Amino acid sequence: MTESFPLLNQIIFNTGFLHLQINHVIMWIIAFTFIYLAIKKGFEPLLLLPIGFGILLVNLPLAPIMGITEGAEGPQRELIRWFYDFGIASEIIPCLIFMGVGALTDFGPLIANPKTLLLGAAAQFGVYIAFFGSIMFGFSLQEAASIGIIGGADGPTCIYLTSKLAPQLLGANALAAYSYMAMVPLIQPPIMRLLTTKAERKIRMKQMRPVSKTEKIVFPLIGTILICMIVPPAAPLIGMMFLGNLFRESGVVERLSHAAQNELLNIVTIFLGLAVGATMNADKFLKPQPIFIFFLGLAAFAFGTASGVLMAKGMNLFLKEKINPLIGSAGVSAVPMAARVSQVEGQKADKHNFLLMHAMGPNVAGVIGTAIAAGLFLTMLK
Amino acid sequence: MSMEVRSPMQGSILEILVKEGDKVAEDDELLILEAMKMENPIYAPSSGTIKEIKVKKKDTVDVDQILIVLE
Repeated sequence: MTESFPLLNQIIFNTGFLHLQINHVIMWIIAFTFIYLAIKKGFEPLLLLPIGFGILLVNLPLAPIMGITEGAEGPQRELIRWFYDFGIASEIIPCLIFMGVGALTDFGPLIANPKTLLLGAAAQFGVYIAFFGSIMFGFSLQEAASIGIIGGADGPTCIYLTSKLAPQLLGANALAAYSYMAMVPLIQPPIMRLLTTKAERKIRMKQMRPVSKTEKIVFPLIGTILICMIVPPAAPLIGMMFLGNLFRESGVVERLSHAAQNELLNIVTIFLGLAVGATMNADKFLKPQPIFIFFLGLAAFAFGTASGVLMAKGMNLFLKEKINPLIGSAGVSAVPMAARVSQVEGQKADKHNFLLMHAMGPNVAGVIGTAIAAGLFLTMLK
Repeated sequence: MSMEVRSPMQGSILEILVKEGDKVAEDDELLILEAMKMENPIYAPSSGTIKEIKVKKKDTVDVDQILIVLE
């Protein structure tokens, strides 16, 4: 009987309850909030649900989830640590997601109206505003770049750049990026309305010209060569995206295109969400830094939206056929949410106005623009 | 005089909210076109009577395809 006391003692001492701290409980609340937002409000559920659960798992005291220990046979990793090290730290998952994005994306609107490339580029202005803002708040250059890229509203690019430049900020940055992407329909419209007149919002745009199959096949090929020659560090993201797009447009590898945009994308999304969530343990996350990151990310996003709209207004000074400035805000990536916001706002001003397809031009240009911005940061700071 | 309501973009018909012979006012919703996983209402460009509905539910339509003829 007395022999069993130490055993019982050991079992009790090794339960999580005795090691639970208030910080863990705060993180549980954050985890439940994200799970609630995903299930009840439909905010980016594909990501916020696994992220929320990842946060919960990593904040269960003593649970072997994210640890790494040096053993005689090299480093011993715990479950989600494998996903993180091989999926995110090694940049594989963001690039595979980009392959899926490429397979899902029709670049036709951009090819039909290449002017919209300028709107996608202008929206990256927010990235640089937040970059300089972050430096003023005392973040290092590398950290500032990874915070700035939140303004591009492109989750995989944000994770890709952060894991390379400032892995310690990965959880906060990814969460900020995906939260803002989910809140696109709330954040953008007031800025869009503030910067445009009702007459501008009513501008109807001419039907786009049809884009031939040859153009759609040549675009990813030329795009890959051109962008990767100018900004070589963007090659892993851009290369995978255009490969996915070539699968789609070639018409001869339907199965690969389908797999890239469905099974593969879904599988890596699970690993991505869990691994990102699991970077947020209480010790690292409950500091003032993530709050600043949320604030700076919002500023980046707002400036990106505004600069896209203002660029469209600027272009209208020179264009014979005016563009509706509401499509400028779609230059932040967030495909296709930002384009949908342009459509909704346009239709509020004029029920017979359809901007959706026109907004897809700057929207997909924004994806390319954010990947290029990330490549430029890597060239400068890595 | 008849007037054609054309599809503003490629998509599929999610719902048809009127039937032939119905009288509609300007800006009444005629049908819902789904594109980019977004439901886009198509409104009547002017008041009139629905003379012909050229599409049915779940049809895939192209840009500029005639959807409804109004009279």
